Amino acid sequence: MDGMTMAEWLDDFLFTYETLIHALGVNGLLALSMYCVMAVGQLSLGQAAFMGIGAYTGALLTLNLGLPFWLVLPLSALAPAVVALVIGGPTLRLSGVYLAISTIALGEVLRVLYINAEWLTGGALGLSGIPRKADLWLIYLLLFLAVLGFWAVGRSKIGRAMEAMREDEAVAGVMGVNLPVYKMGALVVSAMLAGLAGCLTAHSNSFIGPNEFGFEMAVTILSFALLGGIGTPIAPVIGALVLTSLPEILRPLQDFRLVINGLIIVVAVLFLPRGVIPFRLRRAP
Amino acid sequence: MLSQQLVNGLVLGSTYALFALGFTLIFGVLRVINLTYGFYFSIGAFVALTVAREFGATIWVALPVGALSAGVVAVVADWILLTRLRRAKAGELASLMVTLGAVLALYSLMAVFIGTDIQRFPFGFVDNTAIEFGGIRISLVQMLIVGTTFVLVAVLFLLLQRTKLGLMIRALAENEDAARLMGINVGLTVAAVSFLSGTLGGAAGVLIGLNFNAIQPFMGEHMMLRGFAVIIIGGLGDIRGALIAGVLLGVLEVLTAGYISSNAKEAVAFTILVLTLWFRPVGLFGRAQAKRA
Repeated sequence: MDGMTMAEWLDDFLFTYETLIHALGVNGLLALSMYCVMAVGQLSLGQAAFMGIGAYTGALLTLNLGLPFWLVLPLSALAPAVVALVIGGPTLRLSGVYLAISTIALGEVLRVLYINAEWLTGGALGLSGIPRKADLWLIYLLLFLAVLGFWAVGRSKIGRAMEAMREDEAVAGVMGVNLPVYKMGALVVSAMLAGLAGCLTAHSNSFIGPNEFGFEMAVTILSFALLGGIGTPIAPVIGALVLTSLPEILRPLQDFRLVINGLIIVVAVLFLPRGVIPFRLRRAP
Repeated sequence: MLSQQLVNGLVLGSTYALFALGFTLIFGVLRVINLTYGFYFSIGAFVALTVAREFGATIWVALPVGALSAGVVAVVADWILLTRLRRAKAGELASLMVTLGAVLALYSLMAVFIGTDIQRFPFGFVDNTAIEFGGIRISLVQMLIVGTTFVLVAVLFLLLQRTKLGLMIRALAENEDAARLMGINVGLTVAAVSFLSGTLGGAAGVLIGLNFNAIQPFMGEHMMLRGFAVIIIGGLGDIRGALIAGVLLGVLEVLTAGYISSNAKEAVAFTILVLTLWFRPVGLFGRAQAKRA
């Protein structure tokens, strides 16, 4: 740091790694959105799709209508929540595979629709020139609030009900947990978080394309949550940090990034069912 | 015009039916949503492409070689990924997640080595001619697809209904523990089911790759949307349902493209999938058990 003051060094650091630091925060939010569904024992593979809906909604509202960002952000969370209601409505009454299947299918159909609806979404070229309105502090403030929120909920009566559902749904139901409300609530909140993450991505990369929210991203988000484990809300965020920065540190791994994300899921499910951070939340008395 | 579109729809639909057949067979017997199925589709097409290119094989050699190699891959993948979970009687979501992670790893590995550019069968690999039949055009490739689908479905039904292996498979589908107590070799039967479904997936990959003449590692993934729609509309694990739902979906897609717009065609599968879940989650014939929580 010769000749440089701390502030200059920090500026320089932020400038060099800006994209990565944005991605770390956004991926943390995505990992939490996955955590939220898994915490009630469900599996949604539509987090990338919900993120995409948020990203396209946000980008289009900013570009075409010129709405202010403080209004764009909540609207981008609302749009995927509506889609979550349509898909969650029938599937959450059925066994878990139905939600998983229909949410992967959602990602596939949206990818094709983004490509085909060229007049609106820019087709395969995507949307560019989105103003960079997602400041770093905003991303990390939202991430902090989300962790804090899940932490508080996790220690409350609601958190106990969610854990009971994860361990044994039938028993939880018999004990008086309102299963449909909890499942739908978790899915909607997770869709909103993913939508926020999408809107923030669009307004920090200034570009979005149809292939960013597809199958690869869906599996990658799941790998964040499974690497960290879902014992505490901070664990999936750490999973996201590790898996996002790893390819940056180990450049040769870049080509194999998706192979590694996939294998992490295999290893985690087969050998580490509680993730690498197996601690659980202490409950409030 | 309409009759031509119905024919095209039937052809497209039989590819969907063929693709979904192996997928629904795995769920029907092994109670697993095995997402590596999409990879069997891709690998079948690639093996066929390779033998056609390198050894100048004809379709009559390339098709079985591609299909059977996919069957072998399926047996190995199932053994590595699912044996442990099956023994632990883990839930259906655990096996779904394992196969999801594995299939991304497999597609990406294939993409690293082969690249993601679209590849094509050598020129003249199949006859491109079409015959006219009362004003309806049908190409030889299309006839090959429909014919192969018929043959494979007939063989599968005979195997399941008339052979000892079929009896073993049906017993396993009914109840694993009871099947084991009756002296059925469960490991062998599981491997046989994986092999059958992998072969069906691989054959579908070769034929569909041939139909669109575009082969690419992630082709199986893009096909999965139709696969999911067909197995849910037909009822999870219901073979007859999957066949009918596949043909139905193909016809509806072609009609939508013809009378509404080709963009709307892409949304047909997902729309019917969601409608089925809302109004008839047990599928067309209501034989699948849609377990309610």
